[in-house]
Amino acid sequence: MTTLVLIEAEGASIKKASLSAVAAARVFGAVDVLLVGAEGAQEAARIEGITRVLHADSTPPLAECIAALIADRAAQYDHIVSAATAYGKNILPRAAGLLDVQPITEVIEIIDADTFVRPIYAGNALATVRSRDAIKVLTVRNANFEAAKLGETASAPIESVSAAVEIPDARFVGIALTHSDRPELETARVVISGGRGLKDAENFKLLEPIADRLGAAIGASRAAVDAGFAPNEMQVGQTGKIVAPDLYIAVGLSGAIQHLAGMKDSRVIVAINMDPEAPIFGVADYGLVGDLFEVLPQLQAALEA
Amino acid sequence: MKIVVPVKRVVDYNVKPRVKADNSGVETQGVKMSMNPFDEIAVEEAVRLREKGAASEIVVVTIGVAEAQPVLRTAMAMGADRAILVQTEAALEPLAVAKLLKTIVDRENPGLVIMGKQAIDDDMNATGQILAARLDWPQGTFASAVSVENGRITVTREADGGLETVDLALPAVVTTDLRLNEPRYATMPNIMKAKKKPLETIAADTLGVDLAPRLETVTVIEPPVRKAGIKVASAAELVGKLRDEAKVI
Ligand SMILES: Cc1cc2nc3c(=O)[nH]c(=O)nc-3n(C[C@H](O)[C@H](O)[C@H](O)COP(=O)(O)OP(=O)(O)OC[C@H]3O[C@@H](n4cnc5c(N)ncnc54)[C@H](O)[C@@H]3O)c2cc1C
Ligand SMILES: Nc1ncnc2c1ncn2[C@@H]1O[C@H](COP(=O)(O)O)[C@@H](O)[C@H]1O
Repeated sequence: MTTLVLIEAEGASIKKASLSAVAAARVFGAVDVLLVGAEGAQEAARIEGITRVLHADSTPPLAECIAALIADRAAQYDHIVSAATAYGKNILPRAAGLLDVQPITEVIEIIDADTFVRPIYAGNALATVRSRDAIKVLTVRNANFEAAKLGETASAPIESVSAAVEIPDARFVGIALTHSDRPELETARVVISGGRGLKDAENFKLLEPIADRLGAAIGASRAAVDAGFAPNEMQVGQTGKIVAPDLYIAVGLSGAIQHLAGMKDSRVIVAINMDPEAPIFGVADYGLVGDLFEVLPQLQAALEA
Repeated sequence: MKIVVPVKRVVDYNVKPRVKADNSGVETQGVKMSMNPFDEIAVEEAVRLREKGAASEIVVVTIGVAEAQPVLRTAMAMGADRAILVQTEAALEPLAVAKLLKTIVDRENPGLVIMGKQAIDDDMNATGQILAARLDWPQGTFASAVSVENGRITVTREADGGLETVDLALPAVVTTDLRLNEPRYATMPNIMKAKKKPLETIAADTLGVDLAPRLETVTVIEPPVRKAGIKVASAAELVGKLRDEAKVI
């Protein structure tokens, strides 16, 4: 059995979420990876446990093209996998549509080659489903799978591929990347998130020195994003990013079920909120009831002590 | 230009879902049901496009039970012109839903399909992409802004690292993210007017689509409950616990 894993590069490096998808896919057997874009093939060839790298260096970064590329070669595979990132979630269901397959998204556990566990209802229930499709198309949550390692040398062969099909008229215009020197939200060991309680964008910056100190990524509730305190890619939750760091610190956010869906699998949860009844305390290992504007400077001082 | 908006009836987002005792699924009997929040955003965007003169007619479609009609009425009270109920008792998967939607799109011939990115019950985030594939149309998923001009649509998409822009020929499929707009409330006069708007019912099994499920649900369980821990009195105590007890910093 061979699996095709769609991976993604950022610059010349392979994203950690993609390495988790490779590791998840290895339980099925041999793995080929598919990389679209000019950069990253050298590092992709270093991923341990893969058979080869299919490199589509001139294919535009569009779901229309990449799904067609996948569907074109799908007959050789029995599983097609990617990380459940915005990238994978845009492309894989389209590939599944071309292949007449029901995709299985946001997989958190692989039981066997046909059987998978995925959260439904914002994580309030876990469904185990068995697929009857000949090819299984899956997106997997990186938080639930270890990342595959990179070897010293680029040992997997790199094969150049391109799509041989007509695609509908779509053009990639560009991407406005939010630059950050902090770790990636989905793979950071520590995450500190702010909510509406921070009151404005200026105050939201109060999280930064603490994040710097802890080497943490910064996240946000939807309310904080909607109010313009933080950019959308920082949103944690059912409809934002799913994180499971060693330590999650929730500051001035209430803990709505849609937010909990994105972080309740964190190893240790800390909540700072002035309302002792806030639902976030229901999942927090350590709760601190207090005004965040007093607590945050004290926390910073205590960390530096 | 005509716009088709698929909408789904789901357990209201304020309700805490309960797993059925026999682990066959989530309880929907006697539970408050509403329009999927992302689909309200899709209806709102369609209405705004018509208000700007970019669209002339809005058709909402749902695939589901007869009790889904109120969701269609709500969409019409928000401004949709007419509605189609593709009636079935079966709980269909995105692939089958997309195939049924394709038959409606083939018949209606719209310039744009705009729908939710995700249904908050199955959390699948797949139907729009599958529909676009089967129509062989371009797709603009997870949209936080759209603009229609000269037979094309520009879609700003919520990507992993920032906002991405794609430019698509129409017809196309767009799926909505939360920040695209804030849906309006239906006013009383509009709710009254919506009662008189046309609502057509079509039996799903007359559309010649293979509806057989591809997934078998083995079991549905409650996730492990996380227990609340302890309260600490100060930031200093918190840091002490994180260092010495939890050993995470
Ligand atoms: C379909 C759908 C999807 C959604 N998806 C998401 C999602 O992915 N992620 C998400 O986060 N939300 C999501 N939401 C929104 C969610 O329901 C909540 O509205 C949102 O999470 C609330 O954000 P908040 O906790 O920051 O704000 P609030 O609920 O307003 O909480 C603010 C908290 O700050 C506390 N506070 C205020 N001032 C202070 C102070 N000075 N010191 C200490 N504490 C203070 C208050 O006690 C309160 O608990 C979704 C909603 C819908 C309908
Ligand atoms: N039964 C249905 N009837 C109409 N539209 C649907 C149905 N199921 C899903 N959709 C549409 O597809 C979107 C994505 O759903 P899903 O792929 O299930 O997460 C929803 O937001 C709806 O717009």
